[in-house]
Amino acid sequence: MKLLIIEDDRETAAYLEKGLGESGYAVDRAGDGRDGLFLATSGSYDAIVLDRMLPGMDGLALLGALRGAGIRTPALILSALGSVDDRVKGLRSGGDDYLVKPFAFSELLARIEVLLRRGADTPSVTRLRVADLELDLLTRLVKRGDKTIELLPREFQLLEYLMRNAGHVVTRTMLLENVWDYHFDPQTNVIDVHVSRLRQKIDKNFEHPLLHTVRGAGYSLRPLD
Amino acid sequence: MTDGAGHIDALPIGRAPAPALATKSEAKPVVAGPGRLRRTGSALYRAARQLVRAHAFRLAGLYFLVFAVSVSGVLFFVYWSSADFVVRQTEATLDAEITGLAEQYAQRGLSGLVQIVAARSAGDRGDGMLYLVTNLDGRPLAGNIKGWPEGLAVRSGPLSFQIEVPVKGKIEAHSARGAVFAIPEGYRLLVGRDISDAAAFRDRIRATLLWSGLVALGFGLIGGTVMSRNLLRRVEQVNRTAERVVAGNLSDRVPRRGTNDEFDQLAGNLNGMLDQIERLMTGMREVTDNVAHDLKTPLSRLRARLELALLGPDDPAAQQEAIRAAIDEADRLLATFNALLRIAEAEAGAGNRNGELLDLGEIARAAVELYEPVAEEQGFALRLDSDPASIRGDRHLLSQAIANLLDNAIKYGGVDYGGVGHGVNEIAIGVARRDDGRPVIEIADHGPGIPEADRETVFNRFVRLEPSRSTPGNGLGLSMVRAVARRHDAVVTLVDNHPGLKVRIEFPASSQFAAVNQTAASQAAASQTA
Repeated sequence: MKLLIIEDDRETAAYLEKGLGESGYAVDRAGDGRDGLFLATSGSYDAIVLDRMLPGMDGLALLGALRGAGIRTPALILSALGSVDDRVKGLRSGGDDYLVKPFAFSELLARIEVLLRRGADTPSVTRLRVADLELDLLTRLVKRGDKTIELLPREFQLLEYLMRNAGHVVTRTMLLENVWDYHFDPQTNVIDVHVSRLRQKIDKNFEHPLLHTVRGAGYSLRPLD
Repeated sequence: MTDGAGHIDALPIGRAPAPALATKSEAKPVVAGPGRLRRTGSALYRAARQLVRAHAFRLAGLYFLVFAVSVSGVLFFVYWSSADFVVRQTEATLDAEITGLAEQYAQRGLSGLVQIVAARSAGDRGDGMLYLVTNLDGRPLAGNIKGWPEGLAVRSGPLSFQIEVPVKGKIEAHSARGAVFAIPEGYRLLVGRDISDAAAFRDRIRATLLWSGLVALGFGLIGGTVMSRNLLRRVEQVNRTAERVVAGNLSDRVPRRGTNDEFDQLAGNLNGMLDQIERLMTGMREVTDNVAHDLKTPLSRLRARLELALLGPDDPAAQQEAIRAAIDEADRLLATFNALLRIAEAEAGAGNRNGELLDLGEIARAAVELYEPVAEEQGFALRLDSDPASIRGDRHLLSQAIANLLDNAIKYGGVDYGGVGHGVNEIAIGVARRDDGRPVIEIADHGPGIPEADRETVFNRFVRLEPSRSTPGNGLGLSMVRAVARRHDAVVTLVDNHPGLKVRIEFPASSQFAAVNQTAASQAAASQTA
């Protein structure tokens, strides 16, 4: 998997390159908007991580030019501007995800994984399956093995998101944004309690747990090894 | 000031025998003179320059000019339509009289003319008309003037001459106006009118008008100067206050006279502005102090943790644990920073009400749903009563405000906290539209509540009432709630829940636009079902 990082701050760029390299990605770097646009249009990347405020060419303008040229490479915008308006503007101009600085590296990694999978996603799927756990999007029925599991509407959405990203780490912030549409950090561990309730329903009384806590990062729904 | 010095020298020379005593006694004030003169002179010059330069004075000058022109115009018109009118009328009468007599002469000849003139001159008719017909030698044939006035030439057009009139036994010289009609064969006809009364009247009016004009202009000049000086002084007061404020004395204020005129209003507004600036500055200083204090503690903790890890035994597991703890600490710091930024962001958009139309109950329901599991785990029951209440605003900010309040209620609203509750760990969330149309949300717990004295301070950033600070939190929750409320023109109040705390947010009555929107939506829904 090949990633392009467009970031003018050398230290941040080096840190991203190192971290993503260690996570198994091939990484190219561009230090300003023009170089970034050139690389993004000429090379073939699986995903782009770009800073919003760049010398030479603004990150949003770069994305607009890229999308205008018909290049659909998924892009994640990094920005110090964190208001909802800024976020909406970023996503409207062609970004696929928006991460506010400062961020935890695990958060970035988890989001890049989701972005990379988005391209391969088949949207017409109506049934999700992880090991013996099954979720039917049409009948809204959840079964593990032969046993039907009763879920509240929000629990259903939570499980659906976890199953769509099965095998990958999903952070608390991602859950808050995608399941609850909340773009702020609640002080209390509200998400943890929701997840543990879901875990009670899908893992309790079963031999192999599927929903795991990843320390310092979030959660992961994994099939049996 | 060489003039002054020269004058002093000239004195003894000019008056050589001046006694020494007089020179001494006179010299003192004169010697002291130049210095005082210079001082008053330069002060006068400064004052004059200031006066001329000031816009107010220029305005007063312009006003005076307009005033002078209009006063002169009015006075001239009065003169023209009174005194001058009399003179013009006299001349018109003379013309008519001469024309009439000329016609008589043409019809009846010289003798007829003499007869008529004699008849008209007989007796004093009181209109001051003068007639005289003379023969070739200048001898009068008829008329009420004794002889041809001296030096009166025979020419056409109006003439002025003097006549002698007996008044109470004395002979008085009176001015008269008249015209001469030359009759062929050397005879002459003089028709005139005694205008001494009219002239006196005209002179009187002229003098009156002149003096009243001068007095009016004098008053105008004095009034304008006083007014502009007064105006200048008040502008100068504002100016001086502004200079002192710029120099750093932020508590200085423009004095007011209590007359509630424009200057008083200006002073009031400026003072209000200065109050606001001072309040903001104080608030800013407090925030900076608090930020410095509340961020320094975790930062030094973070530093100590990393330093210990560096110095400690070479145990990878222990070091990893230390790094993990350091990251957690950094995350908490970042969360605090983010919270501060969000508050600033919400505050920056205060009064901005062009948000989307939202159902307050729906937002509350979502927040309750998010917090419900945590609440249950902590032994609380959340109860939501919501009536339809729509507002215009920012959904994300409102969600966060409600989430913060639920968070607080769960953290501090329990009976185990030392409060005097009823043994019910219930948190009631109520959304309603009041009778006056204002949407209200209330979040009430049965915890220890907040003492009345602290109900204002808790809204300040980093204020936490729990002295031990054992519960996790950054003391920014209520600051955010207030910032969000202000952004929506809403008011947050803390009231006693007997026992416990009730937080009430009252939104302004929804605008007409919102009401219209709602009726339109319900009509659309009705037509769809029909």
